[in-house]
Amino acid sequence: MKEPNDVILITATKLAVLIIFIFSVHLFVSGHHNPGGGFIGGLAFTAAVVLLYLVHGIGKVQNNLPVDYKIVAGLGVLISVCTGAAGMIGGQPFLNQIFGLVNLPIFGQIEIATAVLFDVGVALAVIGASLTIIISISDDR
Amino acid sequence: MSWLFIFVALPFLYAILVPFLYRKFNPRIHTGWLVIVVPLVIFFGLSSYIPEISAGSTFYLSLPWMPAYDINITANIDGLSLTFALIIAGIGLLVTWYSIYYMSRRKEALDNFYIYLLLFMGSMLGLVFSDNIFVLYVFWEITSIASFLLIAYWYERKRSRSGALKSLLITVFGGLTMLAGFILLSMITDSYSIREMISQAAIIQTHSLFIPAMILILLGAFTKSAQFPFSIWLPDAMEAPTPISAYLHSATMVKAGIYLVARLTTVFGGAAEWFWLVTGIGLITLFYGAINAVKQTDLKALLAYSTVSQLGLIMSLLGLGSAALFWGAGDAGAVYAIAIFAAIFHIVNHAAFKGSLFMVAGIIDHELGTRDIRRLGGLMQIMPLSFLLVLIGSFSMAGLPPFNGFLSKELFFTALLNAAKMPFFHMETGGVILVAFAWLASVFTFIYCMIMLFKTFGGVKSQHKLKKKAREARLGILMPPTILAVLVIAIFFYPELLTRNLLQPAWEAVLPTMAAASALQIEVKAWHGINGALLMTMGIIIVGTILYLTFDKWRRLYRFYPETYTLDNLYELVLVKMESASRAATNWYMTGSLRDYLVYILGFTIVLTGGTALLFGGLAFDYSQNSPVHLYEIILLGGMVIAALTVMLAKSRLTSVIAVGTLGFLVVFFFALLRAPDLALTQLVVETVTTVLLLLCLYHLPKLKIEISPLRHKIVNGVISVGVGLVMTIVALSALSTRYFESISDFYLNADKLAGAKNIVNAILVDFRGFDTMLEILVLTIAGLGVFALIKLQLTGREKNEGTK
Repeated sequence: MKEPNDVILITATKLAVLIIFIFSVHLFVSGHHNPGGGFIGGLAFTAAVVLLYLVHGIGKVQNNLPVDYKIVAGLGVLISVCTGAAGMIGGQPFLNQIFGLVNLPIFGQIEIATAVLFDVGVALAVIGASLTIIISISDDR
Repeated sequence: MSWLFIFVALPFLYAILVPFLYRKFNPRIHTGWLVIVVPLVIFFGLSSYIPEISAGSTFYLSLPWMPAYDINITANIDGLSLTFALIIAGIGLLVTWYSIYYMSRRKEALDNFYIYLLLFMGSMLGLVFSDNIFVLYVFWEITSIASFLLIAYWYERKRSRSGALKSLLITVFGGLTMLAGFILLSMITDSYSIREMISQAAIIQTHSLFIPAMILILLGAFTKSAQFPFSIWLPDAMEAPTPISAYLHSATMVKAGIYLVARLTTVFGGAAEWFWLVTGIGLITLFYGAINAVKQTDLKALLAYSTVSQLGLIMSLLGLGSAALFWGAGDAGAVYAIAIFAAIFHIVNHAAFKGSLFMVAGIIDHELGTRDIRRLGGLMQIMPLSFLLVLIGSFSMAGLPPFNGFLSKELFFTALLNAAKMPFFHMETGGVILVAFAWLASVFTFIYCMIMLFKTFGGVKSQHKLKKKAREARLGILMPPTILAVLVIAIFFYPELLTRNLLQPAWEAVLPTMAAASALQIEVKAWHGINGALLMTMGIIIVGTILYLTFDKWRRLYRFYPETYTLDNLYELVLVKMESASRAATNWYMTGSLRDYLVYILGFTIVLTGGTALLFGGLAFDYSQNSPVHLYEIILLGGMVIAALTVMLAKSRLTSVIAVGTLGFLVVFFFALLRAPDLALTQLVVETVTTVLLLLCLYHLPKLKIEISPLRHKIVNGVISVGVGLVMTIVALSALSTRYFESISDFYLNADKLAGAKNIVNAILVDFRGFDTMLEILVLTIAGLGVFALIKLQLTGREKNEGTK
């Protein structure tokens, strides 16, 4: 990709990327009870990063955000498998998710579910895999 | 969790540790010293079961693996499996010890070596302990893979690679046919357990699938145990390091097929087909191996053919012994049962003497830099200890006293002579031929044993032909073969110890019905008067000695056999032909043109989907349930149609991509209108990312130009595109109008209670169908890595390869 230099785009992106990042986190967190979830959250995150790439060029972004997305993807799969296997220690079948209500001091009653951890894995895998693909293709000269 | 499972799991678990140990301690401590703990623990752990097993009890433990499919990891310990397991652990122990001196810790990749070795050890133990046929099959294939990896251990040699491939192709082919046979057996008996099958032997023997199941399973056993004509992989497997040849390719893995035949003797034994197939193939192999061993000049090749030959001997004994089940628990049955005993006895004996012989061959190779008999000679004075070891091993193999081979060889002849007398299975005509055949093969066995001993150690010194100066090996490397050699002699003098504690229970495990009638009694003695068997042995010694002394005169007879008509050449020919045939077939339809592939994919979609819908009456159009169509929906649809047309008609790729994006975003509206916020969100984000991806791809594509294609192509394109559109429309409409089953969505309505989530879609994704999601992200990750590898590594990888050559 060529280095773009569009003032309007750069200015707009500054705000837009922030919104998309927050929105992606929101999508992820709300996934348990409302529309959203690991897959969508991860993809939204990807979209934000892609926007950064488009505006600033891959090299610049990679310099400031030096992440190897292949490892991110692998980590995601690993987390998912591990949370799935976690239930087996307690004699439950593979991928049996556990959930329960917990009382926390400030937040009040909150539901904790291992499904969320599993979802973290999904999100990371999606982010990692899609960004690996995009970077690879755009970098190919 | 029993200790038994731990014994099977230990090698696998330890194999994970090996690379770390190697990295930490190499080259200060030889990795072998760290690995040797495993066979040591297993061997002595298993030994503790001997008293109970010899007292007649058996153990049966089960650990659920896939209970839904009735597939469980079982440990079934009886005399037979314990005998095999002790051989595996015992020889494994000695081989590991031996390898410490054989494998250089500075030059070799020891971590790979010991990982493969442990992998093999674990799977082989699993194989002999498994009662579930599918678990057995899995372990069976892992041993093939471990063998492949070990043969190709020096993968930079071409011969290693081709030998490894050959063994893999042949044994995996056999493994697959065996799997088919197992499936047939499980269809007959409706069970996956070997014990269950044994109890239903009568049903199996009268079933119409009896013969196919038997032949398929035998193919597996024959390929694994290198029986004629599948034996060709074993000599090539000698490219592996010598410890491996001693361990896998003579003592243990090649005996897996024999184990299987022994284990299933109760199921199939008593049938004439089984008797003739196992005995016949066994004897042919015995003969073929012995004849070929004589003309070898490479020590290891000679040993390989002798292994083939000895495996044939054991196999034929098992075949002969199966007749015991035909006769039942009477006197006649007991006579044949001795053959089974002899087989088990010879398995142990062969492991002992052949293991030691291989190790010494390795020592010679290691010390002198060659194992070519023509270069060796006169080593008796230089390497007296090695000479003694080879003397013990080869005399035992030739069936001479006072070594253990004599005992089992005598039993072999006794069994043969007994078989020849009995009027059944057309034995009255075939019996004499069998005996003559076996006797002749034994003469050749005698000859190659003498060649191995005297051509290497006897005669004049030929120091000038050697690369290195000859000297006796270090004591450490000589210890493992010495232990085996001591065992060879000890078994001869005290056979009772072995037979009572291990062989008797193993014998009873092979023939449980006869054991129940206590018809299995035997006393192994070195001297049992002058009888047929002893006379045969004496004949072998006399004729064999004469033939050995005149060997130079008649060896040219081998040259009359044309070089081109060998099994190896047949294998090569089949391989080449198969390659060219499959290449031709593949080239016929894999044209490399994207258009053709699209035609295939879409054409099949039309035929399969449309055809199925037509055939099974899936077409139905029912609009009564539909809700009224609103104006804004029509407007959206109109927008989609325009976008779709734009994709096709646009002059530039960029416009097309934007139109595709538009189409996708319009779909988002539909999802939102139809109250599917999750889908709408997903579609929105996916569409955004794919549009970017497409734009990126555009960067690499040439400018769009009008394609001039022949009319034929245009017609096909038209038919296909219209067909796909039609089929999809029909399917969509029919799907809406038909209701064959109760909807499953009601179940998910309880997501809040079942999974603690109010968002049903997400609950399905992460909980109800969590397995799907897990595999999907795995696939996604693999796809990502695949793209990365294709694009990034394509050039650098090639350069690197060329650099190392």
